[in-house]
Amino acid sequence: MDTLDIDALLDDPKSRVIVCCGSGGVGKTTTAAALALRAAERGRQTVVLTIDPARRLAQALGLKELGNHPRQVQVEGFEPKGELWAMMLDMRRTFDDMVRVHAGPDRAEALLSNPFYQTISTSFSGTQEYMAMEKLGQLAATDDWDLIIVDTPPSRSALDFLDAPSRLSSALDGRMIRLLTGPAKAGGWGLRKVVTAGFSMFAKAVSTIIGGQLLADASAFMQAFDSMFGGFRERARKTAELLRSKGTSFLVIAAPEPDALREASYFVERLSEESMPLAGLVANRTHPVLAKLSAPEALAAADSLEKSAPLAVAVLRLHADRVALAERETRLLARFTRAHPEVPLVKVPALPSDVHDLCGLRDIGDRLAGS
Amino acid sequence: MTLSPTAWTGELARARLHFVSGKGGTGKTTLAAALALALASGGRRVLLIEVEGRQGIAQLFDTEPLPYAEQRIASVPGGGELRALHIDVEAALLEYFEMFYNLGFAGRTLRRMGAIEFATTLAPGLRDVLLTGKIKECVGRTESDGRHTYDAVVVDSPPTGRIVKFLDVTKALTDLAKTGPIRGQADGVVRLLHSGSTAIHLVTLLEEMPVRETVEAVAELDGADLRPGAVLVNRVRPPRLPARSVLAAADGRVDASRVRSGLEAAGLKLPDGALDALVEETVEHAIRVAAEQRAKEQLSEADLPTLELPDVPDGVDVAALYDLAEALIDQGVR
Repeated sequence: MDTLDIDALLDDPKSRVIVCCGSGGVGKTTTAAALALRAAERGRQTVVLTIDPARRLAQALGLKELGNHPRQVQVEGFEPKGELWAMMLDMRRTFDDMVRVHAGPDRAEALLSNPFYQTISTSFSGTQEYMAMEKLGQLAATDDWDLIIVDTPPSRSALDFLDAPSRLSSALDGRMIRLLTGPAKAGGWGLRKVVTAGFSMFAKAVSTIIGGQLLADASAFMQAFDSMFGGFRERARKTAELLRSKGTSFLVIAAPEPDALREASYFVERLSEESMPLAGLVANRTHPVLAKLSAPEALAAADSLEKSAPLAVAVLRLHADRVALAERETRLLARFTRAHPEVPLVKVPALPSDVHDLCGLRDIGDRLAGS
Repeated sequence: MTLSPTAWTGELARARLHFVSGKGGTGKTTLAAALALALASGGRRVLLIEVEGRQGIAQLFDTEPLPYAEQRIASVPGGGELRALHIDVEAALLEYFEMFYNLGFAGRTLRRMGAIEFATTLAPGLRDVLLTGKIKECVGRTESDGRHTYDAVVVDSPPTGRIVKFLDVTKALTDLAKTGPIRGQADGVVRLLHSGSTAIHLVTLLEEMPVRETVEAVAELDGADLRPGAVLVNRVRPPRLPARSVLAAADGRVDASRVRSGLEAAGLKLPDGALDALVEETVEHAIRVAAEQRAKEQLSEADLPTLELPDVPDGVDVAALYDLAEALIDQGVR
């Protein structure tokens, strides 16, 4: 197994984008922030795009609210060699801004107030992923930073952000709505003849169920949207290109637990299928054994003492628990490495409590770099 | 520091439909399965439903991915039976269309073209109405002797962030047409979900974020006039330090000389470095236990029956599920 060299990755001037991915609850956001802080202190002009950070982490970065634009992190006593900027993604505003840019002021207002747009921009399950990638594209286009570190949304599946743009595209694709609202007029579809009868029945069924008003709203939205849709698709394509480019690296973050590592495995395989450059796996929040004492020895000693020395008994038992936990983590990670021997890995020992300031982030950065 | 868990109340014992929600990563699916097994003890028949298309139940029971059909997944001591159902929204929508519009083979073609996914995208509420509609059908179904097919139905539900939206069918209906077949059925769904037959349980860990989400979800459920059931605290680990030493130890105050003399009395001779390392492990343990105690206090705000499930350090397999079910039964689940 190779060790993942975080500092080499952060220091390489050719590293322009680092995407932190992994399933929910593994510490992606904190890792992204810790990497960004470390990069800034090592001299990079860094921006970190976070998604839904825990309140205290946001406070540590000086982010009080969704800003949707990066702000420089300025905390007393924090004087990095480079610069650290941070932002929280505001999904709704990112989408609104995109509509405004592409549709022009008049049409934009009509689009933004359409009830169907409200649904798509807030409830559609892939919107957050899509907007995260859109924002990444925007940040990269400015050239204001030489390193962009992105967190990915806490999706059901870590793969969602790769798939979301195409799913959203097909949801917003005009031809389906044309079929639903007027199947006879939609042309150029080979399947159409076969299913026309079924389709008009379906259209009728759908409109009975979801109501004519919603269909009409959706139809109006699609018509206005259609002309700017080329622009959307073009941007999604550019972002996909950026993700495949040489300056981009993916870091898969996983907790040393079966579910998170299974998800990490899927992710590693998918990245390689898509020829997206994987830098390595961050095994986050491990619990290495600190004291050299075997679990059986500790337990035997604890049993022999019982009651006469309660503190020593507690210390011995909690040590034995920790040995068992560390062994389990090592076993799970070894299994991952056997399946993916080519993936470099770094183990990041857990901090005993949550990060609430830059010192905590720096500490995690040190752990990421193995120092 | 075991909190004496309030027993499964009589009110909960009367519920026939149990939703199990919680923050992502807290073990919802595992505890939904364990609860279903516990409810199936004593010769009862229980249905465990999955709605999010993750095939988590199949993984948990180590079987092939579940089809859109109710099938036996485990037998339970005492003649009980557990069946599982993976509700596929598209299949459920087609089922409706078949029932009311006789679409024939066109239905399958439409599905291939993505038309069904499109319809459910168009009206996200439709998805939830279909899912809860199917759930209600399972709860209400009776056999020829007039008895319910299932004594209880357990749903591995969407996470806390989406649970109220999922169950608030009344709101979802504003998306939908004012008449029509789904509408008619939905009124019955609303009655069931707000009745005493339904309980919504929340899984949490003793950590800050999951506990906060749990407390918020309880308030949100109350606000929507839905009934929170029990809080299921997952992965509870045994406290090792005497309660009175926790706070001092979390603050770094561990009496190393007492530890040393204890170790010596047990015949262990460790180098100084190892003693310091043991003390450091103890401090980390104490910090975690102290955080768990704070989480517990915050959780008591929810003022709900609370059940505890032990940590399963070697990962959850089918045998561990039965152990968890046993732990639930010991705490009054019936």
